[in-house]
Amino acid sequence: MTTATVTRPTGEQAAQESRAARSRRWRSGGRRELIGLLFLLPAIAVFGMFAWWPIVRGLIISFQRTDLMGTSEWVGLANFEALFADPLLGTAVLNTLLFVGLGVLIGFPAPLILASILSTVRRFGGVYRFLAYLPVVIPPVVSVLLWKWFYDPGAGLFNELLGKVGLGPYPWLESPDTAMLSLVLESTWAGMGGTVLIYLAAMVGIPAELYEAAEIDGANMWQRIWHVMLPQLRTVIALLLLWQLINTVQVFTEPYVFTGGGPQNATTTVLLLIFRYGFQQGNYGQAAALALLLALALAVLSAVYLRATRSWSKS
Amino acid sequence: MSGFVSETSRRRPGTCGALFTVHGLTLIALVLIGLGPLYWALKGAVSSPTELVTNPLALWPADARLGNFTLAWDELQVGRYVLNSFWIVLGSWAVQLFVAATAGFALSVLRPRFGPYVYGAILATMFVPYTVSMVSLFLTIIDLPFLGINIANTYWAIWLPAGANAFNVLLAKGFFDALPRELFDAAKVDGAGTWRLLVSIVLPMSRPILAVISLLAVMHSWKDFIWPLVAIADPQKQPIAVALTVLAGQAPQDQLIAAMVLALIPPVVVFLIFQRHIVAGLGFTGVKG
Repeated sequence: MTTATVTRPTGEQAAQESRAARSRRWRSGGRRELIGLLFLLPAIAVFGMFAWWPIVRGLIISFQRTDLMGTSEWVGLANFEALFADPLLGTAVLNTLLFVGLGVLIGFPAPLILASILSTVRRFGGVYRFLAYLPVVIPPVVSVLLWKWFYDPGAGLFNELLGKVGLGPYPWLESPDTAMLSLVLESTWAGMGGTVLIYLAAMVGIPAELYEAAEIDGANMWQRIWHVMLPQLRTVIALLLLWQLINTVQVFTEPYVFTGGGPQNATTTVLLLIFRYGFQQGNYGQAAALALLLALALAVLSAVYLRATRSWSKS
Repeated sequence: MSGFVSETSRRRPGTCGALFTVHGLTLIALVLIGLGPLYWALKGAVSSPTELVTNPLALWPADARLGNFTLAWDELQVGRYVLNSFWIVLGSWAVQLFVAATAGFALSVLRPRFGPYVYGAILATMFVPYTVSMVSLFLTIIDLPFLGINIANTYWAIWLPAGANAFNVLLAKGFFDALPRELFDAAKVDGAGTWRLLVSIVLPMSRPILAVISLLAVMHSWKDFIWPLVAIADPQKQPIAVALTVLAGQAPQDQLIAAMVLALIPPVVVFLIFQRHIVAGLGFTGVKG
């Protein structure tokens, strides 16, 4: 009984105290939440308006007919039907795959080889890296216009130089057979520098002990490259290849500025088609439908790729 | 530092000679592909149109003249377009820095309860390439949600969407996370408000990451092409990258090349000044020698 009378007031006190503490914490917590919200507001505003909403809206307008007046009506799958009825779609997909394929064939090994040479440079390494990165700095439109001048079948640099050694003249951008290759050569030149620097950083990070151990075991230089360096770079190589695939699938500046999609639609890519549907024909629904399919294709590509390389790097 | 070429083999004369040859050839190749096109553009810009056709392989024109630069600057209005690009870059940079700093600060230091959800939603946008939502982004800028105003053809149409860059927020938050939290507590005890904490403590300590975000922002917005092409239809307001594609169909070849040289001078100069940071930003940080 006595214990109860003693504990009751302390219990009440404790309850009161904890209530006060809770309310204080709640109030300061509420204030903290509010200030947090205040500082997140710029991000929420720009991401909401210019990232989250356009992504959702892209999904919506693929199933709508939309015009600039702001009126839109649901049309079901009509946009997709119109899309698949366009004979240019198949051409654009094949052209894009050709660009991606040639890009991997030429643009994937080149920076790896260059980076491994640069990794053996001891003196003036900065000069090599500077020169390798320089093309990346040039605005893409300027690069493309420069190369367009180099490719010129009249007095272009390439045909003049090749003519000196008895080759050519080549039609470069003028022929449907070589136009895409010409685009890939330029874009490899323009984009290689960044990849070289990333590979180089990864190569410098490989522990020297691994090479030394391989050497003691009697491995020659090629074996050290094949059995030590490349396996150590596996993750970087896998990620950069995926990055290159995602980027080249979305190629736009090269075909738009070099050829406008010609000759005979040989360089009309998926993104060029989206641009034409949307911004030249005002057919926003069809453009959004193609963009949605492109996004799905990229998502599937990334998922399959990451799954495949994960099991590959485990084994 | 050791690579696949070992120290012992470096001392062998055969390997040493082979390395020297490979390095020499690589250097020549890099000069040709790195500096070559820039030099050729410069040479083309000071050549006369006849010489460009009659003697295209000349290393330097017989009558080098700088007149093309003034012609391009005034007649082709390259001066105006370069200025337009400057405004676009400046605004994009400011918006990106502001959004990244405030969001990084909120997510890393203030840590509101809903913060992780917002951060997740921001990071999720990295998986949707912006070319994919470009069409709906255009429909958004011609009729902003809630506000109902049309910002197409104004620089706001480039500045504001530039702020929605998840990578910047990732960089800022990551860097702020590594700052010592005791410092924030000490500042609070000393009576510093939240704004003071950001401006006087967090930002001054974060100069390296602010520099990286700034460089990425400036380089990217100077190079950007497809979005300005879509968002700015008024030829008088277009940046140099978009204007060049129009000029390519109209201007004489030698003046066009001069215009291209003028367009690539600013980014090359920025690169020359900040090349150490740019190279560092690409992963040379924390690499042991």
